[in-house]
Amino acid sequence: MAVALQLKGQRRVGMTGDEAVAYAVKQADVDVVAAYPITPQTIIVERIADYVHDGELKASYVAVESEHSALSACVGASLAGARVFTATSSQGLALMWEIMWIASAMRTTIVMALANRALSAPINIHCSHDDAYAVRDAGWIQFFAENVQEAYDLTLMAFRVSEDKRVLFPSIVNLDGFILSHALEPLYVLEDDVVREFLPPKEPVNPIDPERPMTYGPLALFDYYFEFKKAQAEAFKSVYPVILEVFREYEKYSGRKYEPVKAYGVEDADVAVLILGSSAGTARYVARRLRSKGEKVGVVSLTLYRPFPASDLVAKLKGVKALVVMDRSYSFGSPGAQLFMDVAAAFANESERPLLINAIYGLGGRDLLPEHVEEAFRKAQEAARAGKVEERELWLGVR
Amino acid sequence: MLYEVRWHGRGGQGVVTASDLLARAAILEGKYVYHAPEFGPERRGAPVRAYTRIADEPIEQHFGVYNPDAVVVIDPSLQSATSLILEGVKKGGLLVVNAREVHRSLLEGAKALGLSVWSVDAFKVAMEVFGRPLYNTPMLGAFVKASGLVALESVLKAVEERFKNPQLVARNVEAIKRCYEGVKRVV
Repeated sequence: MAVALQLKGQRRVGMTGDEAVAYAVKQADVDVVAAYPITPQTIIVERIADYVHDGELKASYVAVESEHSALSACVGASLAGARVFTATSSQGLALMWEIMWIASAMRTTIVMALANRALSAPINIHCSHDDAYAVRDAGWIQFFAENVQEAYDLTLMAFRVSEDKRVLFPSIVNLDGFILSHALEPLYVLEDDVVREFLPPKEPVNPIDPERPMTYGPLALFDYYFEFKKAQAEAFKSVYPVILEVFREYEKYSGRKYEPVKAYGVEDADVAVLILGSSAGTARYVARRLRSKGEKVGVVSLTLYRPFPASDLVAKLKGVKALVVMDRSYSFGSPGAQLFMDVAAAFANESERPLLINAIYGLGGRDLLPEHVEEAFRKAQEAARAGKVEERELWLGVR
Repeated sequence: MLYEVRWHGRGGQGVVTASDLLARAAILEGKYVYHAPEFGPERRGAPVRAYTRIADEPIEQHFGVYNPDAVVVIDPSLQSATSLILEGVKKGGLLVVNAREVHRSLLEGAKALGLSVWSVDAFKVAMEVFGRPLYNTPMLGAFVKASGLVALESVLKAVEERFKNPQLVARNVEAIKRCYEGVKRVV
């Protein structure tokens, strides 16, 4: 049997997605973790609580009475200068929603792991991307992990990005609920001192200081609110190049290359699917098989969801005749589900653009199987041949 | 090489842990794995499954196991659920059952599929070692012997790393070894 390559200064270990995120948080040497430990919470915070209890992580672990309080505590701690982490899912994030916007507008540097789960009703604890989409407009950076390795790597990178003085916005690292959060895979972890070098202690900007009182989150009505939001929008535009820089920097330490848009086979593809999260691998698995039979199919997935890598995506899809945008959620009454709308907007003023089909899949943890992805490719091929889309909205794998 | 295992048991018996430990053992041997619990009703006594996918190459597929190379039934009372146990299993594959005597209908179904069937009385071992019906490590021991997929030493190392507490490790090592040695090929 093949023995995996041992990378210098890294250990190959087996961890679940939850354990990998918790391990990255420990190595990031966070100061404060505030979380609500009841369903739909994952094992992430349980492991962190163990680390704190066992003295392996010198942090203040704040057990609060709700997710709303969890994020509120994180906002305060982050503004006081701490490196801060929290984790949640679905309904938990829904309860944080009010504070999500405040955390961003007040320029906190919180890092959150979001184990993606479906929003109620009906009650469900399995994977959908409802929760991530529901906070897409809140001013948080959002990464999507495809596997456990990426969940670990992106957690470390998220701290570095958020705390960069050119950024100062909070980050979410999305990992598919159960499919990654509770699944075990091998991964390479960096040594502690390597992480310390990559991620030095946070240097707070204008932290809360009793000796130097300031107002945070003041009232701004029609006089300044508009200008404030414009300033925030401008500031958010500077995030993207910093992320590229951090991806490159991390590659030096880890040997692992990250890109906002991950593409497979699209250079010569007639049709492609675009997907987020753990199913990207499944889609590539299908594409490899079809390509081996000479079919020109490709797969694109996003490691970075917010800021949306629009121009990179448009460039990578050049020449693709039909694209199936896969959404693990639904937007009622909308002209397309959430990712579809982003893609349609990204191509809005492009003279050359693919025909777009929207496929809804995997809601509430329904398994995305190879035959579903193949069906998506077939629909795209039909559209490409006909030069038009007959059926714009597909539901893959629904009974 | 791609090898897929499906584990059947009931909540509280350690189905997920058995799959998890197999995955950790395979990782120690440099292999690639995807272990996932099928989370339905996480209640004590409810039927539960877990999946282990093991390969020489990196694994990209993030979906469940539908055509396993091997099925392990860790709960003796699930034996009569023949169709559930044999669903999708590959012809010529492997079936490992916790039983004093393998249920006739299961045996016939397995023969029809050309499976090799192994069994062990893990109840007896579990009661003697743990004092309660915990089947995860005993049945892992039985599976490792029947399949030869990973080395016994790798499994013991995985148990040591996962459980840490020396007494807990010692008891599980004993359970694994006893079932590894005690499992017998029936068909």
